[in-house]
Amino acid sequence: MNAVDVFLEVLSWALIVSGSVFVIIGSLGLWRLPDFWARLHGASVTESAGVILLIWGMCIQAGFTLITVKLIIIGIFLFITGPTATHAVANAALVTGWRPSEAEGLTGAEPEPLRPENEDDALDGGEE
Amino acid sequence: MTLAGLFALWLLMSGLFKPLLIGFGLASVLVVGWITSRMDAQDGDHLDIRLSPLRLAGYLLWLLAEIARANWSVMRIILSRRMPVRQHLFRVPFSQKTDLGQVIFANSITLTPGTITVETERDNFLVHALGYDENDDEALAEMDRRVAQVETAGGV
Repeated sequence: MNAVDVFLEVLSWALIVSGSVFVIIGSLGLWRLPDFWARLHGASVTESAGVILLIWGMCIQAGFTLITVKLIIIGIFLFITGPTATHAVANAALVTGWRPSEAEGLTGAEPEPLRPENEDDALDGGEE
Repeated sequence: MTLAGLFALWLLMSGLFKPLLIGFGLASVLVVGWITSRMDAQDGDHLDIRLSPLRLAGYLLWLLAEIARANWSVMRIILSRRMPVRQHLFRVPFSQKTDLGQVIFANSITLTPGTITVETERDNFLVHALGYDENDDEALAEMDRRVAQVETAGGV
């Protein structure tokens, strides 16, 4: 093992361990935070920092191989689908009438009333 | 063109060059091409990508730094004993002209821990923040500006 190998090994080790720590912190947040809206944010720690660091660490472990290509593709998919899924969950909660509890001294914005489904809406549907 | 791209993707994913597997790859590429051409004939819905690749790469780097910072602050909230949660639902105006630009902005907001895009309206997003403070509007306005710069041309 030469110096570069050792360095890469240590780097990927550090990335994977810190990624795992973020996953655990996210889970801890999911468990400790007080209500639904706050818990969504706990999950997003896992999905951003955890995923990014773990995938980087695994890419370094794999080196210049097809596995790295696959890992990067997985990363791109998670980068796009993760927030979209979070948005879908939050949006479903909002539409069914749930409102987050506001901190002291703050009033939340009320969403605009849903527009009736006319033909215009049907045509430009599927924006999410 | 699309078919060649799909086949290249197949080769990348499989990494095996046995005739049987190549055959499977070719067959599935052709089936996918056939299905999508039928779908195209149905609705003709196209997505124009009007983004500057270089500026998009620059934006992604900036977004990574932003995600790191936001992770740090959410982590502090989760780990602190009193959990200083300060939830707030507020409006964020967006200035992107294309659908794709708006999607990138909304997903960037959700991707940075501590803020989630909850609803899209005609000119605003409704954003929920875990630890809201008064600088957040400013930070999101900067993100909005940066995403708008990634777009190359206006258009709907």
